[in-house]
Amino acid sequence: MQRAEAKPSRSSWELSHSQSMLFKTVQRTLFYVLMVGLALIFAGPLLWMLSTSLKTDPQVYHVPPIWIPNPVRLVNYPEALSSRPFGAYTFNTVRYALTAVAGALISNTLVAYGFSRIRWPGRDLFFIICLSTMMIPFQVRMIPLYITFKNLDWLNSYLPLVVPTFFAVNAYYTFLLRQFFLTIPSELSDAARVDGCAELGILLRIILPLAKPALAVIGLLQFMFAWDNYIGPLIYLNTESLYPIALGLQQFRTMFQEALMWPYMMAASTAAIAPVIIIFFFVQRTFVEGISITGLKG
Amino acid sequence: MYTFTAQRWNRSRTRSLLKGLAFISPWLVGFAAFVLYPIAASAYYSLTRYDVLRAPRFIGLENYIELFTKDEIFRTVLSNTVYLVVLGVPAGLVVAFLLASLLNRKMKARPLFRTIFFLPVLVPAVASAEVWRWVYNTNYGVINAMVKSWGLPVIPFISSMQLAKPSLILIHMWTQGTAIIIFLAALQDVPRSLKDAARVDGANALQRFWHVTIPICTPAILFVTLTGMIGMFQYFTLGWLLTQGGPNEATEFFSLYLYRNAFQYFKMGYASALAWILFVIILIFTLLIFRSSARWVYYAGES
Repeated sequence: MQRAEAKPSRSSWELSHSQSMLFKTVQRTLFYVLMVGLALIFAGPLLWMLSTSLKTDPQVYHVPPIWIPNPVRLVNYPEALSSRPFGAYTFNTVRYALTAVAGALISNTLVAYGFSRIRWPGRDLFFIICLSTMMIPFQVRMIPLYITFKNLDWLNSYLPLVVPTFFAVNAYYTFLLRQFFLTIPSELSDAARVDGCAELGILLRIILPLAKPALAVIGLLQFMFAWDNYIGPLIYLNTESLYPIALGLQQFRTMFQEALMWPYMMAASTAAIAPVIIIFFFVQRTFVEGISITGLKG
Repeated sequence: MYTFTAQRWNRSRTRSLLKGLAFISPWLVGFAAFVLYPIAASAYYSLTRYDVLRAPRFIGLENYIELFTKDEIFRTVLSNTVYLVVLGVPAGLVVAFLLASLLNRKMKARPLFRTIFFLPVLVPAVASAEVWRWVYNTNYGVINAMVKSWGLPVIPFISSMQLAKPSLILIHMWTQGTAIIIFLAALQDVPRSLKDAARVDGANALQRFWHVTIPICTPAILFVTLTGMIGMFQYFTLGWLLTQGGPNEATEFFSLYLYRNAFQYFKMGYASALAWILFVIILIFTLLIFRSSARWVYYAGES
């Protein structure tokens, strides 16, 4: 009797248990289907670019679209890139980006230190002024800067693009770094001060080694900015041998688009994107970690 | 003067002031040379007629008067830009927040998914313009080639006056990587205990998301809205490269029109006036958002 009673109740528990397991599995599966679908949509344009860059002409103009090229035409790359001084564009861009990164790191480290690790009268006022410059659109400064650089005879060189980075003009970087510096316990600096360490020594020996993730974030942001910057070079440069990739890609476009050479255009675009993505893969973890702990949330 | 300050301020205070100023000196120089002077100069230029070749000639408020009373393109530019900001910024925000919430769940291969959603941010705008030009191509672009093979009418995307702006907003929704990472960091800070408490109180998943998760993330939402809004008002590269302001000025945005006036028509005074109007508009929007934020932003530190 007791057994007979216990049995159905157990099986009904089992049923609901297996039902809820089934429900969970269905839910999980739907979730992954959604994620994969979204991932495909987001990767779509880049996959389409990559796929086109490897196609022969008949495949490019095929309806419905072909995703996996067959045969693969790798020679699109050397053919496209050699039609313009792509090597020179890349060299110019890398040199510009690295100098700008150095400028941003050096200047912002000093300034952020002054805004966070030492107390001095007027500090907060200056910091508010610094922050408020974030609201000023570049367009307001663009014309006077252009005229100043023209008068200095700096046009058609990278000086207008690189020199300002050494003066911590981007308040966003200063802000990020300051927020990070504030999270470092002040006892560390105090101990060093008692030991007779000068401020610059504290910055170099204590703060900087701890701030690597934040520095990586700023470095990568500035690198991406320089790689991406279009309007700056557009205004200041007018010799093709000086062009960075951003302007160089336009030269490809005027050449290829008239002839509808999409594979070439996509090969050149892929070549312009690849270096940034490769660098990102190396610093990815530090970068994500850095953004999360810089207190960007507030 | 020196003795006066030395008396009122004790020596350690002066020393700490000098130390502070020394550290921020790169910014002080940069601020004076690359921010303050250009702002003052552009305010002056906006009151002049200036073609770079000849010295600027003072004309009072004429540029502003012309912009607001005679310039019909300016009116289109203004409404295009507001359209882009008012629809584009929230659209990007919603996409970023939803993707971040999905990424915040327990799952396999999370780093892979995170990277895929972040990737578009790494694509330089110039390359992005070329890729999307090809994606949106009416004859053989991937979307229209599919649409055609299904026997449906072709979508004109950037070549249509109605669809050009939404097409650009779609690209903006694709490049939300930075916002996603910021939201992801904020979401990881939502205390488990709060969500559990809400669950005990009988709140379903949607209610927990709306009444617990979103309020805790409002500081991050404010940050992303502000920076996104300021950036969107300055939208340039994609509009310049992909649509050149067309068709029929449907994508002629503030920065494009400003660039044209400055560097194609060499009307530096007129362009400076445009820049100042843009500045004021950004200030007003920032102020409005800040004002409203007291009502919708939740700070854990406050009771």
